[in-house]
Amino acid sequence: MTIFIELLLNGISLGSVYALIALGFVVIFRATEVVNFAHASLLLAGGYITAVLSDDIGFWLALLTGIAGAALVGAAIEFLVMRRYRGADHSVLAIVTIGVDIMLVADIGRRLGTDILSVGDPWGDRVLTIGAVSLAQTRVAALLAAGLLITAFLLAFRYTSWGVAMRAAAENAGTAALMGIRLGRVSLGAWAVAGGLAAVAALFLTVFPTPGLEKSTAQVAMKAFPAAILGGLDSTTGALVGGLIVGVTESLATGYQGDLTFLGRGLGELAPYLVMVAILLLRPAGLFGTKELARV
Amino acid sequence: MGGAALEVRDLVVGYGPVRALRAVSLEVPEGSVVTVLGGNGAGKSTLLRAISRALSFHGGAVTGGTVHFGGRPLHSLPPDRVVAAGVSQVPEGRQVFARMTVDDNLRAGALGSRGDRPAKAAALRRVRELFPVLAERSGQRAGLLSGGEQQMLAVGRALMASPRLLLLDEPSLGLAPLMAARIADTIREINSQGTSVLLVEQNAALALRLASYAYVLEVGEITLSGPADELAASDEVRRRYLGVVDEDAAADASQADTTHPVLSRWEG
Ligand SMILES: Nc1ncnc2c1ncn2[C@@H]1O[C@H](COP(=O)(O)OP(=O)(O)O)[C@@H](O)[C@H]1O
Ligand SMILES: [Mg+2]
Repeated sequence: MTIFIELLLNGISLGSVYALIALGFVVIFRATEVVNFAHASLLLAGGYITAVLSDDIGFWLALLTGIAGAALVGAAIEFLVMRRYRGADHSVLAIVTIGVDIMLVADIGRRLGTDILSVGDPWGDRVLTIGAVSLAQTRVAALLAAGLLITAFLLAFRYTSWGVAMRAAAENAGTAALMGIRLGRVSLGAWAVAGGLAAVAALFLTVFPTPGLEKSTAQVAMKAFPAAILGGLDSTTGALVGGLIVGVTESLATGYQGDLTFLGRGLGELAPYLVMVAILLLRPAGLFGTKELARV
Repeated sequence: MGGAALEVRDLVVGYGPVRALRAVSLEVPEGSVVTVLGGNGAGKSTLLRAISRALSFHGGAVTGGTVHFGGRPLHSLPPDRVVAAGVSQVPEGRQVFARMTVDDNLRAGALGSRGDRPAKAAALRRVRELFPVLAERSGQRAGLLSGGEQQMLAVGRALMASPRLLLLDEPSLGLAPLMAARIADTIREINSQGTSVLLVEQNAALALRLASYAYVLEVGEITLSGPADELAASDEVRRRYLGVVDEDAAADASQADTTHPVLSRWEG
């Protein structure tokens, strides 16, 4: 039972980190209807900036710079690349993001080489123990930070002018433009927010028990993809629920792997995708989505 | 041309190779209600989109002509600057943000306003006075409103930007006669508060009662124009747009020609 609770808590923590990534994904999709395959590279950029700077300027300042940097990279992608293709087919734009992703990941990957960079976080491998249940401090921090950010995001989405503009543009871009809403700004803001959230996610994907930031961190980030899709690509609620489902599934499948050897190894890696396929078979638009992605 | 008059000169618009407007010219003097009548596909919506600079969302583009508002050119501005200049459009088919609440729809309408906080609060008060139902339903999703209420919301949303000129695209479309009449009353009231109105309609009877001046648009060209009462009295308009059949015309005009086109609009 203790093991189950630990796995569950770990899963929820991991899931909240996936939710951060998925949320950025959904924000870009809602604002621009583009499936952003460059998301992992935003995450890598944020993590890289944090890791490189933390030795010199300290962890917290490095983290802030990483968040700002990833937001800037996101905005730059929108401004320098996506904007040139405005009006093009959405699937063409999705392919453009794949190109951007390949370039960015290649560049950061070249800088990283085979290094594994520590982000220099203050939690290290310390463990928090409550009764019989013990949890890495990094997992607790992840849960708190993600919870806080997600709450702030949802409040902003609901109550601020930024949120109103985002939702209006997502629902009907042409009509939003008639209201004087500047779609370019909405799209720029979406990319920047997605970048910032991805940078925070990068931090928690590279702290203990993970050794640090490396090239393959980008692949880990792609697990948020099934999270966003199974929740419904255009639903913020879906991103949260999807993130949690993927995190918990992965944690439980990995934890009980020993009992499930008949299914082969690496089940934890595979489980999120299996869940995604199963859910999409039942609900093609995802749990909370309204738009089917059949033609993307 | 002083004040806040709208002046459209020789406007040419195409959707790709399709010409939708050919050299259309018209004027909306400050403080007036002007209507453009035309059947389905005449180019009415295209005209309004060209003025509000929203053609690109429909795959269209202005290829010639000018649009001035209060002497300032609108024809080279992005849509948000047109709103900022004081021209707001209520699109055809209402196009409320169905998944957002009534209040959030109104907030969206205020995003393009150049006004400060008190100005926006005043705009909201005015909208709620005009349409009390929008205050009653403030927290409800716009998609759940009736057609008439959605039209009120669409008009209210456009008024949130405190426009000096309101562009209305077939506000009576799909509404029951009683509701259409109520919308007409509010248009009159909005105008009496000092907002000019450019109303495009297939429902000529309603439009001619509201407007002081009218244009008839057919296949992208203005074919007729004049003071609304004169137009309402002309045989041509009576026969084609008001569904009034004189004995001669009845002989050769088919039933389809003389019924109100409004009724057949949704099927198209
Ligand atoms: N998005 C579009 N793409 C291509 N052609 C269009 C589009 N919208 C309208 N048209 C064409 O332009 C002409 C005028 O259409 P429209 O302005 O919608 O007329 P109305 O509003 O008077 O019914 C029609 O021939 C119509 O087929
Ligand atoms: Mg029309």
